Amino acid sequence: MSIELMMKQFQDIAYNPNKQLADFKAAGKKVIGVLPYYAPEELVYAAGMVPMGMWGSNKKTISRAKEYCATFYCTIAQLALEMLLDGTMDQLDGLITPTICDTLRPMSQNFRVAIGDKIPTIFLAHPQNRFADWGLKFCMDQYNDVRKMLDKISGHEMTDEDIRKAIKVYNASRAARREFVKLANEHCDVVTPTLRSAVLKASWFMLKDEYTEKLVALNEELKKLPKANWKGVKVVTSGIVCDNPKLLAIFEENNIAIAADDVAHESRAFRTDADETGDPMLALAKQFANTDYDVLLYDPASSSNRRGEFVANLVKESGAQGLILFMQQFCDPEEMEYPYLKKALDEAGIPHIKLGVDQQMRDFGQASTAIQAFADVL
Amino acid sequence: MAKEVSPGVLALRKVVDDVHADARKAKAEGKLVGWSSSKFPCELAAAFDLDVMYPENQAAGIAANRDGEIMCQAAEDLGFDNDICGYARISLAYAAGKRAARKFDPETLEYIIDPNSGKPLKDENGKVVMGEDGKPVKDPKTQQPYTVLVDIHEIEAMPDGPLKDKYWESVKPYRQMRIPQPDFLLCCNNICNCMTKWYENIARMCNIPLIMIDIPYNNTVEVHDSNVAYVRAQFDAAIKQLEELTGKKFDEKKFEQACANANRTASAWLRVCDYLQYKPAPYSGFDLFNHMADIVTARAKVQAAEAFELLEKDLEQAIKEGTTTTPFPEKYRVMFEGIPCWPKLPDLFKPLKANGVNVTAVVYAPAFGFVYEDLDGMARAYYKAPNSVCIEQGVAWREGICKDNKVDGVLVHYNRSCKPWSGYMAEMQRRFTADLGIPCAGFDGDQADPRNFNAAQYETRVQGLVEAMEQNAANKEG
Repeated sequence: MSIELMMKQFQDIAYNPNKQLADFKAAGKKVIGVLPYYAPEELVYAAGMVPMGMWGSNKKTISRAKEYCATFYCTIAQLALEMLLDGTMDQLDGLITPTICDTLRPMSQNFRVAIGDKIPTIFLAHPQNRFADWGLKFCMDQYNDVRKMLDKISGHEMTDEDIRKAIKVYNASRAARREFVKLANEHCDVVTPTLRSAVLKASWFMLKDEYTEKLVALNEELKKLPKANWKGVKVVTSGIVCDNPKLLAIFEENNIAIAADDVAHESRAFRTDADETGDPMLALAKQFANTDYDVLLYDPASSSNRRGEFVANLVKESGAQGLILFMQQFCDPEEMEYPYLKKALDEAGIPHIKLGVDQQMRDFGQASTAIQAFADVL
Repeated sequence: MAKEVSPGVLALRKVVDDVHADARKAKAEGKLVGWSSSKFPCELAAAFDLDVMYPENQAAGIAANRDGEIMCQAAEDLGFDNDICGYARISLAYAAGKRAARKFDPETLEYIIDPNSGKPLKDENGKVVMGEDGKPVKDPKTQQPYTVLVDIHEIEAMPDGPLKDKYWESVKPYRQMRIPQPDFLLCCNNICNCMTKWYENIARMCNIPLIMIDIPYNNTVEVHDSNVAYVRAQFDAAIKQLEELTGKKFDEKKFEQACANANRTASAWLRVCDYLQYKPAPYSGFDLFNHMADIVTARAKVQAAEAFELLEKDLEQAIKEGTTTTPFPEKYRVMFEGIPCWPKLPDLFKPLKANGVNVTAVVYAPAFGFVYEDLDGMARAYYKAPNSVCIEQGVAWREGICKDNKVDGVLVHYNRSCKPWSGYMAEMQRRFTADLGIPCAGFDGDQADPRNFNAAQYETRVQGLVEAMEQNAANKEG
């Protein structure tokens, strides 16, 4: 199969999650909706069910969700609620609602109330003091609650061995995605920003073993290609979600390639692996504890600027000339970390621009002008 | 006529003034001064005799003193988005060294008066004096200099002399603009996760240690043992960090005393809140807003417990005498949902007064009523902050005070600064109306940034609520 065709397949899946959901259901699978951030998807997989990521939508408009939220909430959460209310997600068998940010805290209640008895909700509160034994213990307690709820939905008890297997599948998937990100940088003439995004986005709507198999095959084909002789510029993207094809098309129009990303929906979600041996619940808790350089998570070494410096290094190491920050509107954690990200980038001599985005954006004129001007500077 | 202030209120003011004075003195003597989130377990710091200031209270005070906008703007100039909580923005600007100050002429060192400031001048008959331009003449005694922003690091770098001294003097003199810079931070995110990032930012700005107590969101009315164990372990870790910070051993006796004081204060606070159950109420919920600073700043001090107990006596007396501090006859009673818009308190009050609406219930009552018996109880108490509880608990608290305090309606503040608080408010409104049969009205505002409040919209919403309460009353009678 040609590289183009392989990427086209990922693209079809990324752009048609409804079809994926319907197909899984038609095949007799149970499907669990997984909201951001850090839900242990491995447990859903271990339960023999399909986890489907819910990161809003670029196509929908907020209407029914207005009965629950004021306007000043991120559109990812509002559109997730919209899809639960408008019937899009009616086929789900369960919904995991993490609560690590100030929008997801009260929204966990709105999700639960709004869908009533239609779909069971699985509540999840991660610890921020997550490193010491007692932090790991609390995380395990939370994950055990998730596990029990998933068992109830699946109708059978998952074993530790099931979870270990799931961890292996997920580690392989994360490794394949990390490799793909590197290859996409080396072959940015073939893997355009739009295709790169689609390949990574598809992972949220597929069973990870099937996804990994396809991605490994794609990676193998990419490796065979000569490295791109890229005449355009390269950037690192940063933010919560950067998957709008219209926005990414502007990159392509201006010969901007994505060298690497610091995006919650992309690399931040697959930087950290879990131990494949020992107590698998502890392994998952440790994986969360080891998740680092993230705007949403507490950093005990907060008096230094570790995260800002990490992102600045990512820009340098990936060979990018600058950074484009997609500032998700009303996202406090991203907004709170911006001044120190800017500081680290400025100190490293890395130019950047900050683009305000939300998922209801339909007019990209302003973004286009800003991106074009930025490319000219680089 | 100046409002008569009761002995209890005066005692509470003194307690808070003393806490601030002690912190300034401690800083001058080279001792450690911390900044703490309002619902961090203050009992821990008290066990180490540490002087602690509260940025949320400070921000509310700065906003009430009309400097919210200039400080929020200063934070935005540092790169913090204007969607971030107004308290956080004010506090981050302050931590970065920004201060609201009075403008002066660097040559003469005289303050430059803002001609638009001040109250209208009145003649001996109490009539407003009109100027030649047809506008009221300002009373020069009430006029203030222009407000400008200064930076303490820039002032520190200036050569010693009268100009530098004048700059220091020009910083606004009210206590919230004069709190010492922090040497350590105590963060508890039971009210919001924004707190976590806010304090991390201060830790970076000031290069100081941060002690973090994390309270994850809770989806059930009960606080389960797993959650308690996590918080208890964090108390122990915080104690170790405080021992390292201070070089002192944890003093269990002092801790027990602080806990006893905090419980006594919280109990007295709850009893004071309960006086709003009387009809008519001996005071207004707006007075309770003002006491929030007291309960936050001095909860673990015996003086705070004594002052609240004194206020309780004042209220008992007021009930006997049938008096109230509410300056209008109470026609309707409402719950005010949310944090008030501190920069706009007069605007909030005006249409309520005009319609005889007294605020007889505020959510601050249960929000600071931390009463417990032992360490597990303490962990459970701190787990129950307004923004860390599930909707069922949130509704139960509010419906409880709505019933006890006999309210006719609910005024809901959709607070741009507080996503966790406003996040399930629409569903709450529906439940209040369904469960209690009372009307609700929402308005848009902000706890600290005056730019997010529209007085005209607020007045219309209050009017709508009053009409609905009128109709409700008529229906009951009819």
